[in-house]
Amino acid sequence: MSETDTEGRRIANEARDRVRFEEEALGLSDQVFRVARGLVNSREEAEDLVQQTYERAFRSWRSFTPGTNLRAWLLRILTNLNIDRARRVQRRPETQPMEEGDYYLYNRLEESAGRPLEEERVVERLSQDDVVGALSAVPHDFRDVLVLVDIGDFSYQDAAQILDIPIGTVMSRLHRARRVLKQELADRAVEAP
Amino acid sequence: MDPCDHYEEVMQPFLDRSLSVEEQVSVETHLESCPWCSPRFRFEQELRGYVRVACSEEMSPSLKAKLAALRTPLL
Repeated sequence: MSETDTEGRRIANEARDRVRFEEEALGLSDQVFRVARGLVNSREEAEDLVQQTYERAFRSWRSFTPGTNLRAWLLRILTNLNIDRARRVQRRPETQPMEEGDYYLYNRLEESAGRPLEEERVVERLSQDDVVGALSAVPHDFRDVLVLVDIGDFSYQDAAQILDIPIGTVMSRLHRARRVLKQELADRAVEAP
Repeated sequence: MDPCDHYEEVMQPFLDRSLSVEEQVSVETHLESCPWCSPRFRFEQELRGYVRVACSEEMSPSLKAKLAALRTPLL
């Protein structure tokens, strides 16, 4: 076989791998967008972030190891871009909220209703706006974990890899994040006593 | 300490199924007989599903088209 043939085959193989990579990555875009939307406060920001993620992914596709988790690889790019972006806009220093327990939101809802809530669909007392607003008030480090695990369905392990933090940190931040979210929900959905 | 305080503490790992089998069983047993904790656990479960749905927005067709246009053109 001549060298030109070998080179030709190499180029053909690479083109095929590249097309396959791009198609697979595009097939995950709905899931990538869902996470992006949870991480930032507007639809426009989420769209920019997803677009930048795909631009970078398609440029550096060779650094993806075939057979590993492509969704996690894309999200790693996305969360890094998001951290850079947040640095640029100089987010205000995040205050640490008071930490209430896990029953706090339910207790507040029940108090405001003045009777036990057991047989009702309690979540219907919370509007979609309440939830979206509450999520945007969760400090970034906590929000990232919450969005990856509870909205993006990533395992602790994947979230740890994506954010480059230990798995124990994922678990403790997730725990805090859910509590903070419920406090924020209580502030929005329940009238002050 | 009120036993319910303990179950409030372990609610998240229980729903995440990250407790040991013994702990998991102890929570289930408590929930069967506790009118304070059981609706609160059910609420948490529902809330998680609701948060997922409430925060899920569809991607716009225009973004989808932009992403598709980023593909390397085939020669």
